[in-house]
Amino acid sequence: MNPKSIEDKLAVNKYDIDKEVHISIHEDICNKCEEYYCIPACPADCFKESEGHITFSYEGCLECGSCLIVCEKDAIGWTLPRAGFGICYQYG
Amino acid sequence: MKQKFDAIVVGAGPAGSACGYSLAKSGLATLVVERGKFPGAKNMWGGVFYGPSLNQLFPGFWEEAPVERYILRHKFSLLAPESSFSTEFTTKKFGEPPYNGFSLLRSKFDRWFASKAEQAGAIIASGLQADDLLWDGKRVVGIKAGGDELPASVVIACDGVNSVLAEKAGLRGKFSPGDMKQGIKEIIQLPRDLIEQRFNLAGEEGVAWEFIGTFTRGIPGGAFIYTNKETLSVGIVVQLSELAEKKISANDLLEEFKQHPAVANLLADGKLAEYSAHLIPVGGKAMMPGLYKDGFLVAGDAAALILATGLAMEGANFAIASGLAAARTVIKAKKSGDFSEKSLSCYPELLGQSFVLKDLEAFKKAPHFLENPRVYSLYPQLACDLAERIFTNDGKARKKTWELLKQSMKDRVSFLQMIRDLIQIKRSI
Repeated sequence: MNPKSIEDKLAVNKYDIDKEVHISIHEDICNKCEEYYCIPACPADCFKESEGHITFSYEGCLECGSCLIVCEKDAIGWTLPRAGFGICYQYG
Repeated sequence: MKQKFDAIVVGAGPAGSACGYSLAKSGLATLVVERGKFPGAKNMWGGVFYGPSLNQLFPGFWEEAPVERYILRHKFSLLAPESSFSTEFTTKKFGEPPYNGFSLLRSKFDRWFASKAEQAGAIIASGLQADDLLWDGKRVVGIKAGGDELPASVVIACDGVNSVLAEKAGLRGKFSPGDMKQGIKEIIQLPRDLIEQRFNLAGEEGVAWEFIGTFTRGIPGGAFIYTNKETLSVGIVVQLSELAEKKISANDLLEEFKQHPAVANLLADGKLAEYSAHLIPVGGKAMMPGLYKDGFLVAGDAAALILATGLAMEGANFAIASGLAAARTVIKAKKSGDFSEKSLSCYPELLGQSFVLKDLEAFKKAPHFLENPRVYSLYPQLACDLAERIFTNDGKARKKTWELLKQSMKDRVSFLQMIRDLIQIKRSI
């Protein structure tokens, strides 16, 4: 059975995960946010809501930049992972 | 003293490798920096490449480049929830050199292209990220990368859709989510003979199949299936702003598409090998950043050089053509020893002489038309509904097609609205 959820799909990808985190959020802004555009916009499901707070993971990031663009409040500090780290496409 | 390069190209994708190849071939000391472990490691796309730009550079490139299949057939389907309406075009010509297009995978292809630049004399530095620009007043004089300062007469930013350097150079501001489409793709492994049976292919023949329909839930965009040698590229491309506003994940739409009765059998028993995502700048001419300043040029996706006409999206050949135009600009500047903004201002002129800006100008109204939600939901349903009425034999007397069309349109859309949309289509594409 092929994976349907994003989490299971990401598991087939090849990553070199950096210890340095390349996503940050501005919690003061995010806690007041009513839109949470980042959640549906992220194709790697990096952002999640739990009890009114936004949480994020960076390990599965596909480095597309969607979160940075949809956030109207500039609350996401998204940079590229350090050179050589992050997603490493074998097909592309 | 550190070596000063004539040119530093940032990003070893199609724009960067074309530019680096051309500069090195003309004898310029050229460095290409690439943040991935190897060229292509960070790159994905839908998967059909149109060849003329590359064929000019490397005649008969398909003999040595890692292409998957030549595209013999183009299919287009409109999907309603349980039905589909398809058209197909093929011509013998597309199966003969120089071919029209190829399916190919970027991880292999970009590595090959960068190796051509390397053979021409460019230095390819993979695993090196351009963190910032080096400035002398208002002039760009190199890059900062990996803690080092690397000086150069000119920097060419081929660093992709999210170009950090174009932003640092002050040539673009923040993007609008309405100007972006999000593409997600699965690579699905299937035995070669099964792919050929299911898609009616022989040997190296391939198909490019595009879909629009109700599976995007009215969000502008569509889906695709492209055949590779032993894999399928299956993906969806949808408007980023609407995903955010409607709170829909592109992956949910992709799953819905994959389960459609017209699609599911084609993919059955395939094994997922990769899941990837990327943004596509689809705002056309209106979203193009500034293309140059003192000691600095922008090419490829970084310059938003993508053509989206509705049925197809093209970027890689625009990237190559713009990388080559940037190289010509730099070679000219090197001869006069002048890398000022004024000297580099011939770059947009060179782009204007090629198909790059001509195509973008011709289709500048397409982005607006492509936002029309009726195109993605109502018309596919209408086509399927009408076809169903025509083909269904319910044992009663037949009605004329015109009557059936009126029935299909009832409560959905007026003739006036359809005529308005047709006029819009005529004006934009």
